[in-house]
Amino acid sequence: MLAVAFIAFAMFQFVGDPISNLVGQDTSTEEREQLKQDLGLNDSIVVQFGHFIGNAVQGEFGKSYRLRKPVKELIAERFPATLELSLLSAFIALLVGIPMGVYTALRRDSWLAQGFMTLSLIGISLPTFLIGIFLILFFGVMLQWLPTFGRGETVDLGWWTTGFLTVSGWKSLIMPAITLAIFQMTLIVRLIRAEMLEVLRSDYIKFARARGLKERSISFSHALKNTLVPVITIIGLQIGSLIAFAIITESVFQWPGMGLLFIQAIEEVDIPIMSAYLLLIAFVFVLINLIVDVLYYAIDPRLRMN
Amino acid sequence: MSLLKIEGMRVEFPSRRGSIVATKNVNLELAAGEILGIVGESGAGKSTIANAVLDLLDPPGIMPEGKVFLEGERIDSLPLDEMRKIRGRRIGMIFQDPLTSLNPLQTIQHQLVETITTHLDVTPEQALERAIDMLDKVGIPDPSERIGNYPHQFSGGMRQRVVIALSLCADPDVILADEPTTALDVSIQAQILDLMRKLVKETGVGMIIITHDMGVISDICDRVMVMYRGDVVEVGTTRKILGNPDHPYTKSLISAVPRPDKRIDRFPLVEYIEEAGVAQRSIDVKTHWLGETRDFSSNKSEFLLSVKNLEMRFMTYNSILPSRRKYLRAVDDVSFDIKAGEVFGLVGESGSGKSTVARMISGIYKPHAGHVFFDGTDLTALSSRKAVNHYRRQMQMIFQDPFSSLNGRMRVGDIVAEPIKFHKLASSNAEVKSIVGDLLDHVGLGAVAAKKFPHEFSGGQRQRISIARALATRPRFLICDEPTSALDVSIQAQVLNLLKDLQEELSLTMLFISHDLPVIRQVCDRVAVMRNGKLVEVADTEELFENPQTEYSKHLLDLMPRLVKV
Repeated sequence: MLAVAFIAFAMFQFVGDPISNLVGQDTSTEEREQLKQDLGLNDSIVVQFGHFIGNAVQGEFGKSYRLRKPVKELIAERFPATLELSLLSAFIALLVGIPMGVYTALRRDSWLAQGFMTLSLIGISLPTFLIGIFLILFFGVMLQWLPTFGRGETVDLGWWTTGFLTVSGWKSLIMPAITLAIFQMTLIVRLIRAEMLEVLRSDYIKFARARGLKERSISFSHALKNTLVPVITIIGLQIGSLIAFAIITESVFQWPGMGLLFIQAIEEVDIPIMSAYLLLIAFVFVLINLIVDVLYYAIDPRLRMN
Repeated sequence: MSLLKIEGMRVEFPSRRGSIVATKNVNLELAAGEILGIVGESGAGKSTIANAVLDLLDPPGIMPEGKVFLEGERIDSLPLDEMRKIRGRRIGMIFQDPLTSLNPLQTIQHQLVETITTHLDVTPEQALERAIDMLDKVGIPDPSERIGNYPHQFSGGMRQRVVIALSLCADPDVILADEPTTALDVSIQAQILDLMRKLVKETGVGMIIITHDMGVISDICDRVMVMYRGDVVEVGTTRKILGNPDHPYTKSLISAVPRPDKRIDRFPLVEYIEEAGVAQRSIDVKTHWLGETRDFSSNKSEFLLSVKNLEMRFMTYNSILPSRRKYLRAVDDVSFDIKAGEVFGLVGESGSGKSTVARMISGIYKPHAGHVFFDGTDLTALSSRKAVNHYRRQMQMIFQDPFSSLNGRMRVGDIVAEPIKFHKLASSNAEVKSIVGDLLDHVGLGAVAAKKFPHEFSGGQRQRISIARALATRPRFLICDEPTSALDVSIQAQVLNLLKDLQEELSLTMLFISHDLPVIRQVCDRVAVMRNGKLVEVADTEELFENPQTEYSKHLLDLMPRLVKV
C-alpha cells in the first residue's frame, strides 16, 4: 500500500509541473515562487510525502486540474457505478461458473460438458470489447431491448447512487455486467474443473467411495469444499481485477464509472485523479486479499492451528 | 462356505497399444476369522485384486473374466447402487497412506457419523455413540473429546487407527487392507498390526492384507498368496511359504529380504528380476580414471569425518520479538566420528533427525551450532566458494527418492557428466563421454543408457544412475540417505550388493542412513541410534544387535519383524 502510495505521489513530481498547470501564461516569477512556497512544494521530498499520505488517509486528494472539482467528490460520484457493475458481474461469474465447473468435472464425457468446455474456450479467447460490441449490436440495435450506454435512472441515497432500484437501471446494468462476467466465468469454469478432477483422484475420495457413501455427498460435501480452497485465491484476485480493469467495458458502454473517469484523466494528464484512482485500486486489492485470507481460515481447519 | 471367494479373476487396463493385463486367473478363498496375506513386489497386481472386488478399479481398468462371491452370493456384476450397499457395510477397505485417506476439511465425527448413518438405520445420536465406541475400540484415548478433531490434529499412527475405525464402523464381514502399515514407523506398525489381529479375533471378520513386506506377513497372516507379475505363483500357510517354499520366485524373494539375525557377505544372487544388470563390462579400477590416485591431500588422521556438538533448529512459531519465537530442535548436540574406509550407519524413526544430520554434513543446511570436520578441516568455518567446492567434490550424496532426485529433462549421460565438467576432472569432452559410459557400465546399466531420459528407467535403475552420478566426482565419502527404502526387496538386494562392491573396490567411506534395522545389519560396520534429535547409542553393528546397551535400542530391536519364526 505504501509502495503504491509512493508511486502515486511520484507522479506529481515527475509528470509535468503542477504550477504551470495552475497558473496562466502571464504570471510573474515572484508569484510562482510565492505559490510554490504556499503549496509546500519547497519542502523536502520526505515532508511532502508525509503530507500526501496524511491527506490521502483522510480521503483528500486535491482538486482535479481539468474539472476544477475536488477529487474526493468525483470519486464518490463514480465509485458506486463501478462497484455495482463489478459486484453484479462477479456474482454472475460465480453463480454460473461454479456449477458449470463442477458439472464438467463430474460428467467429463457427456456432450453437455464438452459443449461447456468449447464455450469456455471461446469465452476465454474473445476480447472483452468484442463481446460488448456484439451484445450492443444484438440486444441494443437489432432487438432494441436494452439501452446501449449510460446507467439509466439512478436513485440517490444521499451517500450512494444506485441503479439497482429502477427498471431502467437494471436494463442498463445487465449488458455490461454480462460482458465483464464472461471472461471471469470461463476462467472459473476451467479452474474449478481442473482442481476438482485433481481432488476426485485423491485418496480420501477413493476411501469415501470404498465406504459406500452416496455419490452426491462425495461430490459436493467432500470434493467441492476441497476444490474451493485453492480456487478462492484466484477468484479473489479476479474480483479485484474486475473492479480495477472494468475500464474497457466501461468505455464500450459509456458507463459513468471510475474506469471512464480514469481514461479521461489520462488523456488530459489529470494527475490528482490518476493518483487517487491508483491508491483506491490498491486499497481494494488489499481489502480483497484480507477477505480471502479470512475465508481461507474459515474453510481450512489446518490453518486454525497455532 | 467361504466368506469371500474369487474365481478366475482377470483385470485389464485397455490402452491404445493393447491391453495391459494386471492380474490373471486369480483364485482365492477367505474364511471368517482368517487373515490372508497377498505378497509380491510392485506391479504384481496385488492392489488390483482388492480394488476389483469392490468395483473401485481406476479407469480404464475392467474385469472381463472372473467371479466374486460374498457368502455365496455373486457380487461382481451388481449395479452401482447395490454395490454401494456392500462397500463399507459388508466389505471394508483400509488404504496405505493415513495422511491422505481422510478428508482434511471435515472432523472425524462428521466422517464417522456420515458413514454410519449411510449404512445403518440409526438416529444421529446413536451413530455418534457408536462412533465414539469405535474410536475407543481402535485405541484412541479420550474418544469423546477427540472425535471433534480434524485429521491433521492426529499423528500418522492415530490417523491409521481412525481409518480402521472408519472401515469397521458399519460392521463389515470382510476387511481389505492395502499396505496398511507401509507408511508408518516400525513401532507404530507393530501397534497397528496388534490392533488388527485383536479386531479379527474379537469380531470374527475375515481380513486380506496386501503387502510387499515379508515381516508383516510373518507377523500376522495365517495363509499367504504370493504374486508375481499378475500371476499367483503359490498359496499356502505362512509357515510353509516362509519356511519351505516350492516356487523358485518365492525362494528368491525370501532370500532377498535382509536378515536381521546374522550378517551375510552378499545377498544371494536373486533370480526372477527383470532388471538384473544388462552389460556387465566392469572396469578395472586399478587402471581406470575412477581409481586414479586421488589428489586429496590427506592428513592421514584416523577419522575421515568427525561431527562435534552439531545442532540444528527450525522455527515453528515466528514472532518479531526473538524471545517469543519457538523452535524445534531437530538435531541436538550430536557428535560422532567415522573412520576412513568404514560404513557408518545412522538409524532412527522418522523425525529423529537423521536426514538433517546428513544435510548438515553435506552442506545443504547450515548448522545452528557445532562443527563438521572432514579430514581434519572444519567445513563449517570455510568461507571461500573454492574451498567449499574442493570438499564438496570429495563428498557425494545419494537420496531416497529415485524419482525426484534426477532432473527429468536431462539425458542420463548429461546428468552423470555434469559433476565431472563442473569440477573439471577430465580434459576433453571425448574423455568425459567415455568416462560416463564406463561409469554407467560399472553400475550395471550399460553405456547405451546415457542417451535415455530418467523416466525410461525403473526405480532401481534410477538409483543406479544416482550412484553413477555420485561416483563421477571420484569422491571418497558417500552419504546414502535411505537409498533403498523406496525400492522392492529384490531390487534393494541388488542395489545394496552394488554399494558394497563399490565400497570395497574404491575403499569408500560411507554414512548410511536407514530406518530399516536388518538393512543396517547387512551393510554397516558401526551404527549410531538417534531419537528425537539426540544420539542414543553408538556401537559396532554386531555389538548393537547382540547386546544393545540402551532401553531405546532394545525397544527398536524388539519391534523389528522377525522373518523366520519357524
